[in-house]
Amino acid sequence: MTAEQHDFEPRVIAFCCQHCAYAAADLAGSSRLAYPTSLKIVELPCTGRADVLNILHSFEDGADGVLVAGCLSGKCHYQSGNLYAKQRVAYVQRLLADIGLEAERVRMVNISAAMGAQFAELATEMVETVKALGANPLRPGPPEPREHQAGDRP
Amino acid sequence: MIVAEQKPLSSLKAMLEGHRKVLAVGCGTCVTVCFAGGTKEVGILAASLRMTRGLDGEPLEVDETTVQRQCEDEYLEPLADNLGDYDVILSLGCGIGVQTLAQRFPDTRVLPALDTKFMGRPTEQGVWEEHCQACGNCILDLTGGICPVSRCAKQLMNGPCGGSQDGRCEVDPDTSCAWQLIWERMDRLGLADRLMDIQPPRDWSSSRDGGPRRVVREDLRTPGVADEADG
Repeated sequence: MTAEQHDFEPRVIAFCCQHCAYAAADLAGSSRLAYPTSLKIVELPCTGRADVLNILHSFEDGADGVLVAGCLSGKCHYQSGNLYAKQRVAYVQRLLADIGLEAERVRMVNISAAMGAQFAELATEMVETVKALGANPLRPGPPEPREHQAGDRP
Repeated sequence: MIVAEQKPLSSLKAMLEGHRKVLAVGCGTCVTVCFAGGTKEVGILAASLRMTRGLDGEPLEVDETTVQRQCEDEYLEPLADNLGDYDVILSLGCGIGVQTLAQRFPDTRVLPALDTKFMGRPTEQGVWEEHCQACGNCILDLTGGICPVSRCAKQLMNGPCGGSQDGRCEVDPDTSCAWQLIWERMDRLGLADRLMDIQPPRDWSSSRDGGPRRVVREDLRTPGVADEADG
């Protein structure tokens, strides 16, 4: 990882299902488990609502990474919304590769509402992955200077 | 419906080389239903093109619109006003849509974003299969509503052939043998005995070997215009 990569504050959009990942993020917060503030959460009724266009437009508007966080396999409140989301994320990964961005910038994870600690871990992991990849070259303007955060790892 | 598929992004990028401002035009009919060229697909393709060209340092402006039917002139009229702003039109219609755009706007280059595949129907969500080849002489009355012209690899009129194995076609084990299906359907309808009548060699003159075909309905033609067109 270059010094420049360390120095930028990634913007990661997390599309979170209200039934699981959003509640898990809430649990992480109430359990005082820190995760990077660079993760911006968008609450969805189900990850099945995370459309290909939502994800693509996130990147076009400068997001460095997108995390789609849905219920555990077989536990979707709408039967199969998380399975559709998984397929769409795989589709966006192929699109990103065609476009010329790294496919690793988008990722699907499955967790339950009780997995607050895992949410914090996955969020941190995603932000670290994106940091290693560097800023989205489509991001308008210069990279924002990195500020110290409580959740930073040494 | 007409089923189409988007061309690879790399091909479209190559087609658009040198162009700076594009109007991507979707179609609200068949290609919307088969998820190849509706409003959403226009949005995805436009964003993809803007991003990939942005990464190359050669920004491409892509505006998006979708008309109800690209294959009829009157639906294209609203595009005429602002067309001068664009270098090129990228059509997400079928081949007919592309040609209708090109004919209506002869001074603007029109490029195809899709490969038009066939006329078919969805056999499950996300899967489309060819069911008609527009041969111009429908025989579905003889075959229990299953078309051997489009669905039998050999277009047999008296099947099945010896390559039919366990209801599958020897050409592709994922394809059902159309003649197996025809026999089963006719049997279910109590009409299997009719398949014992040998069909004579088929007259293909109504099919597509004689250049573009036309259908003319004299009762629908615009009076005066029709006389002029016919000389």
